Amino acid sequence: MLIRRAPDIPSSEITPESLYLNRRSFMAAASIAAVNVAWPAARLLRRARRDGDKPNSFQDITHYNNYYEFGTGKEDPAGNAGSLRTRPWKVEVAGEVAKPGHYDLDDLLRGQTIEERIYRHRCVEAWSMVIPWNGFPLRNLIERFQPTSRARFVEFTTLYDPSQMPGQKSDVLPWPYVEGLRMDEAMHPLTLVVTGLYGRPLPNQSGAPLRIHVPWKYGFKSGKSLVRIRFVEAQPANTWNVTAPKEYGFYANVNPNVDHPRWSQARERRIGEFFRRPTLMFNGYGDQVASLYAGMDLRRWF
Amino acid sequence: MSQRTARRAVRVALFLACLVPLGALLADAVGGRLGADPIRATELRTGIWGLTTLVASLAITPLRRLTGWNVLGGYRRMLGLFAFTYITLHFLTWFGVDQFFAITYIGRDIVKRPYITVGFASYLLMIPLAITSRAAMVRRLGKRWATLHSLVYVAALGGIVHFVWEVKADLGRPTLYALVLVALLLLRFVPRRTPRPAARQAPRPAAG
Repeated sequence: MLIRRAPDIPSSEITPESLYLNRRSFMAAASIAAVNVAWPAARLLRRARRDGDKPNSFQDITHYNNYYEFGTGKEDPAGNAGSLRTRPWKVEVAGEVAKPGHYDLDDLLRGQTIEERIYRHRCVEAWSMVIPWNGFPLRNLIERFQPTSRARFVEFTTLYDPSQMPGQKSDVLPWPYVEGLRMDEAMHPLTLVVTGLYGRPLPNQSGAPLRIHVPWKYGFKSGKSLVRIRFVEAQPANTWNVTAPKEYGFYANVNPNVDHPRWSQARERRIGEFFRRPTLMFNGYGDQVASLYAGMDLRRWF
Repeated sequence: MSQRTARRAVRVALFLACLVPLGALLADAVGGRLGADPIRATELRTGIWGLTTLVASLAITPLRRLTGWNVLGGYRRMLGLFAFTYITLHFLTWFGVDQFFAITYIGRDIVKRPYITVGFASYLLMIPLAITSRAAMVRRLGKRWATLHSLVYVAALGGIVHFVWEVKADLGRPTLYALVLVALLLLRFVPRRTPRPAARQAPRPAAG
């Protein structure tokens, strides 16, 4: 397996996991102490401030998840995702394609070059992480299916099986979870099919065995544990948009200037850091993706 | 054991029980068990315990009326003050740690974000209640004390609305608090048991 490194974040910026764990417990204690002695503590913490984009620890990435199929608590997925069976795994390819069918996961991955991509991940809840994914561009997969000219959008469906996904026994969201991208977004070289994390197979709570990650969009756009990829002419109805249309749009591009109706998107807490940092337009990937939305009113198409 | 010692023992036990969530929070913070976002976890926990002790304090009076155990009334203030303590920690964690005194952002959030507006207003509402909780103030304010302190229902309702508006989709927990609060509020409208015990209305013996 050839591992190619994307130029986004150099390996010299990677801090060993143990250092992160130390720092985290230090900051946990400090955040309590600061309730009473905020100013002196702040002076210490200022020293602990980190800049740049250093990957979060494997522990944090895999124990702070929004994956309601396994519960709504941040640590629920880590605790409950053990019941998911990721082999054998089939993905249905359907809709406007020359080669529809039920593909075995191994068929889909055959011939793909797995590379490491260190991506910023910004949640709509105003926190973020840096994650060293392993995967390959979604376009490499899409091209194999030969979508027709009528395919304007791609729809991604997550597994629905309450016996494996206990969170689906409760109706917090309309199951199964559905997301979608415009064809040009899906074909963009940054859009990644993810199969691993930190060089290890993708943990269940992170969306195993197959998920996507779209780094310039809020996290909820990136569907996990995919069982169906459908090419369609009309814009898919994505789950959070169906649930709360005034709060979550179809595009969900990271945008510090367009607030969530209930909270600000201007700043975010990078997990592991004390101070909030400003949120960047398109999560800092504007150079690569802004042209996709030229002329669009991003307030309207949030 | 005399009744007085028993009451004191219950009081101490209740006091310690109310400190358990705070102790657990500190222990988890020092032990690094608050997860990837300890600040958020602290906000969540102090908020939950503030709301829990607040609703518990509101349960005292209905419970006293239903059971006739007047001794319960003596624990109401303690629960109320613990609620105030936890909400103060909740507020300070948000203000001083999460937002780190960023007054511009904080001010904007209080004005623009309804869940923060309601939460902040409910906290402000609790301050005069905490101040006037001492026995001397109860005596001094007389009837007005009861009127003033009925605002605690508004604060609790505000706290629950704050919770409902903060969550994304899982309304299970805030709904539970809301149901309990509504039940307690309805119980307040159940008329007191009448007639009063005959002994208290017995005519005074005629002066002889």
